[in-house]
Amino acid sequence: MYEFDYKRPGTIDEVAGLLNDDTVLLAGGQTLIPTLKQRLAQPETLVDLSAIESLRGVCPDGDQLAIGAMTTHAEVANKATIPALASLAGGIGDAQVRNRGTIGGSIANNDPAADYPAAVVGLNAVVNTNRRTIAADDFFTDLFETALEEGEIITNVTFPKPEAAAYIKFDNPASRYAIVGVMVAKTSAGIRVAVTGAGPCVFRQAEMEAALSASFTPQALENIAVSADGLNSDIHASAEYRANLIKVLAKRAVVQING
Amino acid sequence: MPTVSMTVNGKQVSADVSSNTLLVTFIRENLRLTGTHVGCDTSQCGACVVHVNGNSAKSCTMLAVQAEGAEITTIEGLAKGNDLHPMQKSFQENHGLQCGFCTTGMIMSAVDLVNKSDDLDDTSIREGLEGNICRCTGYQNIVKSIQAAAKEMEA
Amino acid sequence: MTNETGIGASVRRKEDKRFIIGKGRYLDDITKPGQTYGYFVRSPYAHAKINSIDTSEALNASGVVDILTGPDMEADGIGPIICGWGITSKDGTPHKAPAHPALAVSHVKYVGHQVALVVAETLQEAKDAAELVEIDYEELPHVIEVGDALASDAPQIHDDIPGNLSFDWEIGDRAAAEQAIASAHHVTRMDLRNNRLIPNAMEPRAALGEYDAGTDEITLYTTSQNPHVHRLVLSAFNAVAPEHKLRVIAPDVGGGFGSKIFIYSEETVCAWATKKLNRPIKWTAERSESFLSDAHGRDHETHAEMAFDADGKILGFKVSTKANVGCYLSTFASAVPTYLYGTLLNGQYTMPAIYCEVQAGFTNTAPVDAYRGAGRPEATYVVERMIEVGAREMGIDPGEIRKRNFIPPDAYPYETPVIMAYDSGNYALAMDKAQAAIDYSGFEARKAESAQRGKLRGIGYSAFIEACGIAPSAAVGSLGAGVGLWESAQVRFNPTGSVTVFTGSHSHGQGHETTFAQIVSDQLGVPIDQVEISHGDTGKVPFGMGTYGSRSLAVGGSAIMKAIDKVVEKSKKIAAHTLEASVEDIEHSGGVFSVAGTDKKMTMAEIAFSAYVPHNYPADVEPGMDETAFYDPLNFTFPAGTHIAEVEIDPETGTTEILDWVAVDDFGNVINPMIVEGQVHGGLAQGIGQALLENCVYDKESGQLLTGSYMDYCMPRADDLPTFRVETINTPCTTNPLGVKGCGEAGAISAPAALMNAITNALGKEIDMPATPEKVWRAAQGL
Repeated sequence: MYEFDYKRPGTIDEVAGLLNDDTVLLAGGQTLIPTLKQRLAQPETLVDLSAIESLRGVCPDGDQLAIGAMTTHAEVANKATIPALASLAGGIGDAQVRNRGTIGGSIANNDPAADYPAAVVGLNAVVNTNRRTIAADDFFTDLFETALEEGEIITNVTFPKPEAAAYIKFDNPASRYAIVGVMVAKTSAGIRVAVTGAGPCVFRQAEMEAALSASFTPQALENIAVSADGLNSDIHASAEYRANLIKVLAKRAVVQING
Repeated sequence: MPTVSMTVNGKQVSADVSSNTLLVTFIRENLRLTGTHVGCDTSQCGACVVHVNGNSAKSCTMLAVQAEGAEITTIEGLAKGNDLHPMQKSFQENHGLQCGFCTTGMIMSAVDLVNKSDDLDDTSIREGLEGNICRCTGYQNIVKSIQAAAKEMEA
Repeated sequence: MTNETGIGASVRRKEDKRFIIGKGRYLDDITKPGQTYGYFVRSPYAHAKINSIDTSEALNASGVVDILTGPDMEADGIGPIICGWGITSKDGTPHKAPAHPALAVSHVKYVGHQVALVVAETLQEAKDAAELVEIDYEELPHVIEVGDALASDAPQIHDDIPGNLSFDWEIGDRAAAEQAIASAHHVTRMDLRNNRLIPNAMEPRAALGEYDAGTDEITLYTTSQNPHVHRLVLSAFNAVAPEHKLRVIAPDVGGGFGSKIFIYSEETVCAWATKKLNRPIKWTAERSESFLSDAHGRDHETHAEMAFDADGKILGFKVSTKANVGCYLSTFASAVPTYLYGTLLNGQYTMPAIYCEVQAGFTNTAPVDAYRGAGRPEATYVVERMIEVGAREMGIDPGEIRKRNFIPPDAYPYETPVIMAYDSGNYALAMDKAQAAIDYSGFEARKAESAQRGKLRGIGYSAFIEACGIAPSAAVGSLGAGVGLWESAQVRFNPTGSVTVFTGSHSHGQGHETTFAQIVSDQLGVPIDQVEISHGDTGKVPFGMGTYGSRSLAVGGSAIMKAIDKVVEKSKKIAAHTLEASVEDIEHSGGVFSVAGTDKKMTMAEIAFSAYVPHNYPADVEPGMDETAFYDPLNFTFPAGTHIAEVEIDPETGTTEILDWVAVDDFGNVINPMIVEGQVHGGLAQGIGQALLENCVYDKESGQLLTGSYMDYCMPRADDLPTFRVETINTPCTTNPLGVKGCGEAGAISAPAALMNAITNALGKEIDMPATPEKVWRAAQGL
């Protein structure tokens, strides 16, 4: 690890005052610290968000669930009142990662194989920052890219409670990240199908959403041909195999929702 | 160099460390508590697991400065004097270790797993060990050790 | 003596206490006053010429003590890394091995190749300075796969080794095998790939060199399975220091699986550099370095043909293998795909004719050497896949075809066509027990039930054999070994009756501190807590060849038995003198020496005391009770057994779930059943890992290791594995005093074939290892 300054401010305003090109925010650190260990990043300053109490917590609020950016995966797994979200959080990494890693850190990083992007997009959440609110569909822009601007800090993520939802993940057997993860949800904004792991960035599967809107059954997905074009291909899974998994997992999510 | 203070195994410790010092390095090099091991550099093997404020964490994936003010328990702090923790006893009784290198992290993870779960069965124990890699045992006797210890810890 | 701590008892391990309280002493736990830290600059290229190395900027960096390179080592006369086993090719020429300097001199041959050692006051400073070492590389064409390396148009890796061929070796009778194939009722032909693996002991390799200018002695702490072999080679070949001025200590070692047998560059450099710089130097591999530079395992491309008569009896077997040995020949690399492989192709069967040829090719990859099983898993995989597929092709039950071919229990000693003489076995008994345990006859019903749920169920056998207890020195000497493979033991009584046993075996998880203590306790009646097993230090142990090839109990344990015999012999003389009887009348049992037909007796403790306080003592007996023995085995041992795996495949995702696993193994006599069972579990996990999860992948285009961390190299985790059902049968080995055969590698040897036979049984199609979900899905979908 290269050397850096470390700051742990107590308020968001203080954090905002510290941010510049050479600053990196430290949330749970479960991705950032391994990256620093490999000397793949050389920030001048690390700004640790852990002292800001307001960034933490799972808060049910009517038909919404607000989750502070610094809330750990373990807390979400234990406390989230949306079962599909709790189950998704409970399947991230391993127990130790879940005890440290946070929702804000995960979505700000936007790893293409991370689980949370599927929840945020699939459940049609809103990402709140110190400056604005960003709709899920606008938040994840590309591989490791988000709509966050310089100096913008995620404060919490608000999930509308879905009528029903299920997340099915096919693990990379080595890293335990998602080779493909599919969130299917019946939301007030309609049926949503969000896919992570398969492409460079989380995406919605419009054809499946339309089919499920017409008939919420696994059979409705049967005749959809998921294209492998643009999907990831690596030593663990080809694009063609990922395309197959998208369909298989989506069907299984529907089966799970339908009980 | 920032000064970091924390409680390790019930003792208050304080040291000047550079910001980029990992918690595991602080534990092993500064405190000379070498029971916490480093088996990988990508945060997967779990040989470095300690408890931070009662939760298992990979001390190779935390900076020492992040542990400011925290209560840390390492394998050396698990026994009460000469009385081994039931999990430690159970690993010996059930042959839950061979080379011993992963064992300390495995025990720390297992204690946290049992503390936080009811009705652990074979499947849930195996899933709960996702963050710990053992190359020697095939895990069977580790699972058996944890099952036996869980009974003891409930009692 | 049979008791709670004697032979046959599941004694809880004596060594566990220190490990469970965090007081194990692994190499990185050791810190010496004034210690510096070493960090290796490694090649980022698979093959390149080094035009220049510029260390000037790095030398000026904060905390840097020195930066050492290959030319520095050459200038100091440090010899190259050696291969310790000479193989002779078909044409009578010796194998070709390129010079392997511990630090690269003119060329780098693989990604991770050691180029320079940066020594600094802190590890951070060493790593910072390493980034400032400027090396001008000129990239050269590289080759990764052995088949490509042996092709006529392959890039040349070593100037003096044409065609990248180290050796072209053969064993058996080619004409007889070909004749059998030509005239057979049925011939099964297959191309088989034995995937390349990375051993991944959980403790990364490490070395700490410490030089004492006062005594001119170098102490090398290193993660070794065989510290005396390290000392011998580092002295005799690398000329680091004469043997009496070099002490090698392998403290607690966190797993080996073969990968810590070898003499690597890093410890060679640390041992040399500590004297050069007169500072202790510690290097501990980061896991990424272990992936790159630990010797890898397996990596065979094989074509095999097995000939059967109409009843499924094997008539002949012909195997042609290309073995990837990596870029250099590691310590035992040449023995693994030859005498540890071709000699095991007979399996458990009567095979009238066998022929095997092996071409060993250099590639721009890390050296390949012994990994748990070493040659024997590769052999078992070929034999057991071939007979299984033969059974399928001929419509014979896979259990039945094996039983028709088993060597019968009354045929021992049995000479195979590939130079092994099996001493004992009962193969049908193991299979019967395994079939009963897994309810083989109920399989079809279970398969139908799976099919109703849309799942594919499969069952697979592996009836494996291995040669362990390595090895009779004269035999291996005639086959090219550069060393004898005996073992030593010293049994030293203290005056008050406790015992310290020094063994040349090394325990890095195997539990020797318990098993060996059980033998001493059992034979000499010493309470087990009064027996200390000491190993891993050339300054304490007389000599030893170390631990690998499931040899520690069969060879090291037998050496202890021989030393015990000497203790007993001497004790009888002392007892005879003290009890005023003749030596011939002294009877010994479990540490009690009595005069036949009387109630006069002495205990071992009393005799030991008398030996050290010889006030009333026989004139012709030396005082003291400290006996050393060297034991050279008469033969290999031949553990064998049947494993049956049952799996269920999800054809939509290609996921394989292992539903059941039965292992019935014949390890001969068993000293500690608990430890033996644990060894089987661990071996099975590694064998299942090979078949299902693990695969070392280099990118053919760039030569980079793609599976260079646990993010991409899939280690078996707890939730990947089933609960194994393990049984033993006990046909004692006839060639060693304990009647033991060895158990450390059985699981790793047997499991890949059993699992692949089960998976391909479910699929109705042949696929290669590892059976990744995508590969299985493609097969299941007919893609």
